[in-house]
Amino acid sequence: MIPLSWYLILSAALFCIGLFGVLSRKNAVAILIGIELMLNAVNVNLVAFWRYITPQAITGQAFAVLVFAVAAAEVAVGLALIISIYRRRNTVVADEIDMLKF
Amino acid sequence: MTTELITWLIPVPPILAFFLIVLFTNRLKAVSHTLAIIAAFLAWLGSMIVVIRAIQIPHLGEHPISASIPWLATGSTSFDIGIYVDPLTVATLFFVAWTVLMIFIYSVGYHNFGQPKGDHDLPGLPPHGATETDAHGHSHKVISIEPMYSRFFAFIALFAFGMYLLVTTDNLLTLFVGWEIMGLCSYLLIGFWYAKPSARAAMVKAFMTTRVGDVFLLLGIAYLYSATGTLSYQAIFKDPVVLNNLATTPTGFLGLSAAGLIGILIFIGTVGKSAQWPLHVWLPDAMEGPTPVSAMIHAATMVSAGIYLILRSYPLLSAGAEHGMLSAPMIAMSLIGAFTALFAATIAVAQNDIKRVLAYSTISQLGYMIAALGIGAFVAATFHLVTHAFFKALLFLGSGSVIHGMEHGVLHTDNHIDPQDMYNMGGLRKKMPITFWTFLIGGLALAGFPLVTAGFWSKDEILAEAWGNGYWIVFLVLALAALLTAFYTMRQISLTFLGKPRSAAAEHAKETPWTMTLPLVMLAVFAVSIGWIGIPEKFLLIGGLIPNWFHEFVGGTLLEHPEVLPFSIVPLLASVVVSLGGLLLGWLAYRRITAGEKDPLEAPLGSVYTVIKNKYYFDELYDRVFVRPSYWFAETFTYMIIDRKIIDGFLHWIAKISGILGNFFRNYIDKPIVNGFGDFVGEGTKRLGRTFRFIQTGKIQQYMIAALVSLAAFSVLFYYLLVTAR
Repeated sequence: MIPLSWYLILSAALFCIGLFGVLSRKNAVAILIGIELMLNAVNVNLVAFWRYITPQAITGQAFAVLVFAVAAAEVAVGLALIISIYRRRNTVVADEIDMLKF
Repeated sequence: MTTELITWLIPVPPILAFFLIVLFTNRLKAVSHTLAIIAAFLAWLGSMIVVIRAIQIPHLGEHPISASIPWLATGSTSFDIGIYVDPLTVATLFFVAWTVLMIFIYSVGYHNFGQPKGDHDLPGLPPHGATETDAHGHSHKVISIEPMYSRFFAFIALFAFGMYLLVTTDNLLTLFVGWEIMGLCSYLLIGFWYAKPSARAAMVKAFMTTRVGDVFLLLGIAYLYSATGTLSYQAIFKDPVVLNNLATTPTGFLGLSAAGLIGILIFIGTVGKSAQWPLHVWLPDAMEGPTPVSAMIHAATMVSAGIYLILRSYPLLSAGAEHGMLSAPMIAMSLIGAFTALFAATIAVAQNDIKRVLAYSTISQLGYMIAALGIGAFVAATFHLVTHAFFKALLFLGSGSVIHGMEHGVLHTDNHIDPQDMYNMGGLRKKMPITFWTFLIGGLALAGFPLVTAGFWSKDEILAEAWGNGYWIVFLVLALAALLTAFYTMRQISLTFLGKPRSAAAEHAKETPWTMTLPLVMLAVFAVSIGWIGIPEKFLLIGGLIPNWFHEFVGGTLLEHPEVLPFSIVPLLASVVVSLGGLLLGWLAYRRITAGEKDPLEAPLGSVYTVIKNKYYFDELYDRVFVRPSYWFAETFTYMIIDRKIIDGFLHWIAKISGILGNFFRNYIDKPIVNGFGDFVGEGTKRLGRTFRFIQTGKIQQYMIAALVSLAAFSVLFYYLLVTAR
C-alpha cells in the first residue's frame, strides 16, 4: 500500500487549490466550484483515514456519503442564490456584489 | 358694664373709625366724618362714664382701678398691657374727651363740608375757592370743600386713639406706643397740605425735633426697665421701696442717682414733646397744619401728653427730694420751665400771625406747668393742664374761625392778603360776634382774669406755690411771664377784633357756621367754669364756700397727700396786678391801630424788637449747627461716599471678580475640558469608525481571507499559549 501521507498530501493540495479558487476567482459560480473542490478534498481525506485506520467500521464511508449529499444540497442552494442575485444585479462577479459594504 | 371694661374700650372706637375710613369710606365725605364723630362721641361717652364713676370712689388715689393682661412674653416675665384709672387719669380723660369731641365737630365746618368743590383744588393744597353763579347770573367766589376731607378725619381718629391709649394705659411701654402714634399723626397732620413746601419742611422739623426727645425718653424707659424689671405704674410709682432704691442707687454719671438720671431722661422726652426750650422750634412751624390740628395736637392733647408723662412719673422725678431740697430732675424742670415760660412770652409779643402768637403762648404755658412741677406743685400743675387745655383749644379754634371768616372776605373781595396776619384784621367783633365773645373769654382765661376765668385759678395756684415754698426767682419769672401773657393776649384781641377793619377782606368777613361756633361756645363754658372746682380753701373771702375738690381728688394720686399752703396775699396781688395790668397795657397800645401802621413796640424796643420777632434766631442757629451738617452728612458723606463709592464700589468689585472668574472657568475649563471631553468621546468614536470601516468592503472573498488569516493567527496563539505552556 502506498503510505497514508500521500493521500493526505493529495487531499491538502486539493483543499488548497479549492481554497485558492474560492479566494481568487471572480465568477461566483467558479467560487462554488472551488467550494466543491474543497469538499471533495475533505472526502478524500475522510476515506483515506477510514481505509488506513479503521477499515472494518463502515462509519467512514457513511460520513463520506453524507458529505456528498450535503455538498449537493449546498450547491443547489448556492446556485439558487446566485441566480437570484443575477436577477437583481445582472452580474455574477463576486466583487460587484458588495451590498453589505459600509 | 364695669368701669374696667369701659376703660378698655375707650380707645377702640377711634382706631376702628380710622381703619374704616382708610379702607372703605375715603371717597364718602359725609360717611367719613360721621364715623369719626361717632367714634369721638363714643370715646367721650366712655370717658364721661368712667369719670363720673371714678369720682365717686373714695381714696381712688390709693386704690386705682386697674387691670392688665400679658401682652409680649419676654422669657419668664412679660410686658403687660392694661388700664389704670386714678385721679390723674380721670382729670386728663375729662379734658381730652371734651376737647377731642369739640375739635372733631369743629373740623366738619372748618374743612367746609357742604361747600362746592373748588375750581382748581388739588389734593395736597389748601382749598382755593369755587365760583358760584347765583340765580341772577352774578358769580362770586366762595370757599370750597377740602379735597382730602376724609383723610383728615382718618388721621385725627388715629390721633385720638393714640391719646386715649396713652391716657388709659397702666405702663410706660404702652404710653410710649401712644406717644409715638401721636408723633406720627402730628407729622402727618402738620404736613396735611403736603404740596406746600413750608408744610413739608414743618412736618419733618416737628418729627425730627420730637424724635430727639423721644430717644432720650426711650433711654430712660429702658434704664428704668433694667433697674426695676417692670414698667407698670403700680409697681414703680406706687412702691416706696422701689422708688427709694432708685433714688439711692448711684449711677456715676454727673453724680446723679438712678432716679435722677431716669427722671432727667424722661423729662427730656417731655422737653421734645411739649416744645420746651431748646426743643421748642417745631411748635410754631407746626402752625402750617390746619387749625383743628393746631388746636388738638398742639394745644389740648399731644403737648399735654408730655406734661401727663411727667405728672405720671412725678414720684420718680421727685424721689430723693427732701423738704426744701429739690431732686435733680425737679431742678432741671423748674429752670427750663420757668425760662421757657418767659422766653416764649417775649417772642409772642412780637408775632403778627394769629396762630404763631398762640403757639408761643402754648410753649409758655407748658413752661408754667413744668416749672410748677419742678417746684413740687403737683396739684397746681395738673390743674393748669386741665384749664389750659380748655382755653387754649378754645383760642385755637377761635383763631381758626377768624381765619375762616377772613378767607371768606378774601374770596369775596379778591383781596389777596394773608388771612392769618393780624395786621390785616380789625373790627371783627362786629362781623363775627360769637367768635369774638368766645375768643375774649379764652383770652381772658389765658391772661388769668381774676375770679371768673379758669386760667386765673390755676395760674394763681402756681404762683402761690412758688411764693409759699420760697422759690422767689421762679415766682418772679413766672409773674413776669404772666404780665407778658396778658399783654400779648390783649394785643391779639385788640388787633383782631377791636378798632376798624384794616383791609377789604376784614370788611367782608363773615361769621362761621354752627359746626364751628358750637364747639367754641361749649369750650368757653368750660373756660369760665372749670376753675371753680379748685378754689383754695383758704382763699380770701370766698375760700371754703366750695371745698377744694380738685386738690383733694388729685392730691390722692401721690403717696403723700400734698399739704395745703397757708394763704398769702402776695401771690394773689401779684397775679391780679400782672393780669389786669397786662390786659390794660395791651388794650391801650393796640386798640386803635390803623391800616399800614407799624407795631407800637417797634420804635421803643428797636433792635430788641427785631430779635424777638425773629425768635432769637434759634431756627437759624439750629439750621447752621444741626440741620445743614446733617444734610451734608446724609447726602455727601453717607450717600455719595459711603453708599455709592464704598459699598456699591465693593459690590461692583465683587461682580467684576465674579465676571473674571466666570470667564476663566468658561474659557479654560468648561469649554476645553468638559466640552472637549464630551466632544472627544463622540468625535473619537466617529474617527475610530471612519478609520476601520474600510474593512467592511462587502466582498465576501475578502471576508474569507480575513477569516482565514485570523484563524491562522489564533491557532498559532492558542498553540503557544495552551499547548506548549502545558
